[in-house]
Amino acid sequence: MLDKFGIAKRIAKELQDGYYVNLGIGIPTLVANYVPHGIEVILQSENGLLGIGPFPFEEDVDADLINAGKQTVTTTKGSSFFDSAMSFGMIRSGRVDLTVLGAMEVADNGDIANWKIPGKMVKGMGGAMDLVASAKNIIVAMQHVNKAGESKLLNKCSLPITGLGCVKKVVTELGVFDITAEGFKCIEYAPGVGLDYIKEKTLGRLVIADDVREMSID
Amino acid sequence: MLKKVVKNAEEAIIDITDGATIMLGGFGLCGIPENSITALVNKGIKNLTCISNNAGVDDFGIGLMLKTRQVKKMIASYVGENAEFERQLLSGELEVELIPQGTLATRCMAAGYGIPAIYTPAGVGTEVAEGKETREFDGKTYLMEHAFKSDFAIVKAWKGDTHGNLIFRATSRNFNPLMAMAGKITIVEVEELVQPGELDPDMIHTPGIYVNRIFKGVNYEKRIEQVTVTKR
Repeated sequence: MLDKFGIAKRIAKELQDGYYVNLGIGIPTLVANYVPHGIEVILQSENGLLGIGPFPFEEDVDADLINAGKQTVTTTKGSSFFDSAMSFGMIRSGRVDLTVLGAMEVADNGDIANWKIPGKMVKGMGGAMDLVASAKNIIVAMQHVNKAGESKLLNKCSLPITGLGCVKKVVTELGVFDITAEGFKCIEYAPGVGLDYIKEKTLGRLVIADDVREMSID
Repeated sequence: MLKKVVKNAEEAIIDITDGATIMLGGFGLCGIPENSITALVNKGIKNLTCISNNAGVDDFGIGLMLKTRQVKKMIASYVGENAEFERQLLSGELEVELIPQGTLATRCMAAGYGIPAIYTPAGVGTEVAEGKETREFDGKTYLMEHAFKSDFAIVKAWKGDTHGNLIFRATSRNFNPLMAMAGKITIVEVEELVQPGELDPDMIHTPGIYVNRIFKGVNYEKRIEQVTVTKR
């Protein structure tokens, strides 16, 4: 079974040279730490930065320079700044190659819910609805089950929807799942995780790929 | 003679009254018009509709106006950092319209460009789409979203000249230039106020024609929500 760093490491293997990538808050942000050697990716922050650098040294902290998670960051060589309309312009017009975001629920048809629990929690959608409505390739990084032990991979989302039929792949602590016409297709399982356990923890339609294999993350 | 320069925030907001609709620039606490928010709190005007990406934190930014119950309605995209906001929302004291961040930005832009509405795919099939006109283009469904109508826009720039030409800095640009174009009356506070000719025309982000009032702000706190550092 993977921890959150393992999930991030596995997603980093999806990165390709030259990709422009938007990483959401939480586990997705960790993906930036595992970019494979020899590959250059440019990270987009929807608050108006292309080319997110590492966290600054203490003396270089700049209140005017943050990422979408409101953390202080730096620029890199070749960075650019822009306003929020242009930021979502590049997202909606399909310039961003890969979007990684977290979710509360994903359905086996690619629907995603991640912005609201009616009556309990309202944080808002931020840029998530814009991203999922337009991105070419969306990977969800999340825990397979919620705190109550219930599957987050469902037939149909029970929470308010963020976007319809948009998720392409889900990476959890248990495995990697492509969204296909047949539902969640398990293409890899995490080290030490049995397929029966994955079946038990997945409520949505699940098929196991013929060539399913153990995930390698290092 | 152009007369855009005002003395301070109190003078800049002098005609904002109860029930006004106000846009406020900033992303989180980055690039917010701190001086003007303080002046609005001190003035105590009520029943405001605020359009801003976020709602500040409990004791800074728009959070200060929520604490004093000056806000009747909040239009924002993400409010996760403000416990008082969430409490007022869940208890029904505060009217809230949550909209996608790109839609928020583009509705500001449309207002400044003189375009009444835009079509966006964001929110199709969700609560956001309820009651809205949809239209298909090339087989994909889009929502029609109206340009914002706002009595005032209050933004923060890094540098400005007395003609109202503005330059923003790093990611404190965010919604500021868009809202600067979108208010019936646009109020700008700057860290540095200079004379015409001192800013390179090629470097201007917002041309002065959009700006009605400008003043040099003081005592910027520039609070950071999450200081994250790399250890040496």
